[in-house]
Amino acid sequence: MTATQTTPGLPARGGTGGAASTGAVPPAAAARRPGARRPRRWRAQLTAWAFIAPVVIYLLVFYAYPLYRNVDLSLRAYTLRSFIDGTAPFVGLQNYVDVIQSSTFTPALINTAVFTGVSILFQFSIGMALAVFFFRNFRLAATLRALFLVPWLLPLLVSASVWAWMLNSESGVVNAVIEGLGLHQINWLTSPQWALVSVVIANIWIGIPFNLVILYSGLQGIPGDLYEAAALDGANGWQTFWRVTFPLLRPVSAITILLGLVYTLKVFDIIWIMTRGGPVDASTTFAIWSYRLGFGGESPQLSPAAAVGNLLIVVAFIFGLIYIRVQQRVVRS
Amino acid sequence: MNSTTARRLRVVGALALSAALVGTLAACSTPSSKPTAGGTYTLWDPYPNRDASSTWAKAVDACATQVGVTIKRTASNTGDTVKDLTTAASNLPDVALVDNPKVSTLADAGLLTTTKQNGFDVSSISKNILSAGQIDGKTYGVPTGANTLGLYYNPTVLSAAGVDIASVKDWASLTDALKKVVAAGKKGITFSAVGTEEGSFQFLPWFWGAKADLTKLDSSEADSALSLWTDWLKGGLAPNSVIQNTQGTSWDEFKTGDFGFAENGSWFKSDADTAGFKSIQIPAENGGPAPAPTGGEFMTIPIQKDTSRYATSAKIVACLSKGDTAATALGYVAPTKAGADAQLAADPTLQGWITAVGDAKPRTADNLGIKYGKISEQLYTAIQSALSGTASPSDALKTAQAAVK
Repeated sequence: MTATQTTPGLPARGGTGGAASTGAVPPAAAARRPGARRPRRWRAQLTAWAFIAPVVIYLLVFYAYPLYRNVDLSLRAYTLRSFIDGTAPFVGLQNYVDVIQSSTFTPALINTAVFTGVSILFQFSIGMALAVFFFRNFRLAATLRALFLVPWLLPLLVSASVWAWMLNSESGVVNAVIEGLGLHQINWLTSPQWALVSVVIANIWIGIPFNLVILYSGLQGIPGDLYEAAALDGANGWQTFWRVTFPLLRPVSAITILLGLVYTLKVFDIIWIMTRGGPVDASTTFAIWSYRLGFGGESPQLSPAAAVGNLLIVVAFIFGLIYIRVQQRVVRS
Repeated sequence: MNSTTARRLRVVGALALSAALVGTLAACSTPSSKPTAGGTYTLWDPYPNRDASSTWAKAVDACATQVGVTIKRTASNTGDTVKDLTTAASNLPDVALVDNPKVSTLADAGLLTTTKQNGFDVSSISKNILSAGQIDGKTYGVPTGANTLGLYYNPTVLSAAGVDIASVKDWASLTDALKKVVAAGKKGITFSAVGTEEGSFQFLPWFWGAKADLTKLDSSEADSALSLWTDWLKGGLAPNSVIQNTQGTSWDEFKTGDFGFAENGSWFKSDADTAGFKSIQIPAENGGPAPAPTGGEFMTIPIQKDTSRYATSAKIVACLSKGDTAATALGYVAPTKAGADAQLAADPTLQGWITAVGDAKPRTADNLGIKYGKISEQLYTAIQSALSGTASPSDALKTAQAAVK
């Protein structure tokens, strides 16, 4: 095929004149060469753009435009009427000021931090413990490990609904057990003290498989002779973990934790299904707050909702940058 | 194939791909297609669970035949109606069924025609039901029918606990009855106090029954209504799960047969009849029936570019609101006296509910209109706050009133 001959170095052609490699061009075209050079360069450019176009359009339509719209939305006072007559006055940073001064801001900030922090802490440590446990490759280890992946395979809607049923004050199995032990019922989802705890527990359960899988694959990258050496030096299990496994797993751990942070910050479905962020603001995180402002209430407040969403994006973006930095360092080392 | 054509083809291919991508996106952004044939009218309703074989769909079809047009019916969730309608601004349906407290919001956004514009006659519609669709003297829609809340009771549980339902006349006697039921080893009352519009809806009979006013959420009357609920929860007369119960889950609780009472809607009447449950009107604080809020959708005619369509749309609406076919299909009390009489003739046990709907009042009444949405949001937040023990009833209501202002 002649096409393959002419493709390499498309942009370079115009520059070098390319007389030697234009063998495939008919003599008539070759004769018009001085005049044809310009259109060809232009055509090469066009070709390049045509190839890039699908990706650029995709990025513009699905990333740049929604982001721009969200920023624009947060800087205006949108009402339902705005959709009809297209007018929404520009209010600058007023929505951000309102959001930060709102009585929900502090609880939402604390809840987001606690929810993310505690979830990550337990997901990671339990995931790590299980990874080390399964790395011993005992009988049925593969089967058990597969079972631990179940939370990951279930649709979040299913997991969250099941948790909500189990933790139901009156008819939940958890309270049935607690009362069976002679203790007083706990209003897991409906008391301000327990609502956040409940959603954190559910979220930890859902996040363990992710940590388990990544840390397990990280363990496989540690050379076996290091363990042999440690064993010869007389290290016990605990020492082997802290002196060999943990330090060598540090790069993988960093990435697991940072990815977990970005995922956990934006968790919405579990909380919404279990408590709707309530009672009142007791389990409201930024993600929940943003949705509740925009779509959950009786009067849609789209602009403040966009402002909260943007704050969340900024936080996630910072963690994203840290993630990229850490990953680069891992690649380099 | 020579090189230039091959390259040109590739360029064309890549451009075509991008064009296709843009084209698909453009196609995505238009949610529904505009009816092209002159005889096709679109109707949006919030009943996705009623399919083409349901009595409601049949009632719509019958009206289509009667008016001589084709009606294309689209059903989506209630919660999405407002969002769908606002984002479809240039492409509105001919008839949209909207939850009654949302009518004022949509009218305020300039989406709906008035009866003056669309020429619909509302003189036969019951005044109290219709007023949910009226703002500043203009009428923006017609009710398909109305439902309301009542107090269901389980006669088996009550007789075992020695409660005579005739003794339940006001809040004090109701609370006494609940105590007797609980003392007999059963559960008192279940309702829905969830943090959504449903929670406010269920609270209103008690709120209005204490003579409280939605424009003054922190009044002592409002406090006494919220304290009634809070004390029931604290005293174990109502389960803690009411904080999360929707009306559906609350009904499921009641159906276990463990509860003496349940506050729920007329739409469960046939279910109650089967289970042997009966109902009374919700008592006011000092006796007599409390006004309950009306529920149910309004048929509205959204703005069209082609105003000549209104006449036919009005005929469709007239057909659906006439008599009791549509209302009965939806489990509502008919919006006209004639329709309600026909329903009563067919089923005399409906009397209690027809009276209750007659006593009921719309949530957006007292000229609250669009303000109701915000008030309701604060009201259900206050309910959540008090019932969960986050704040005392009076503090919760004070916070709510401050947030409304």
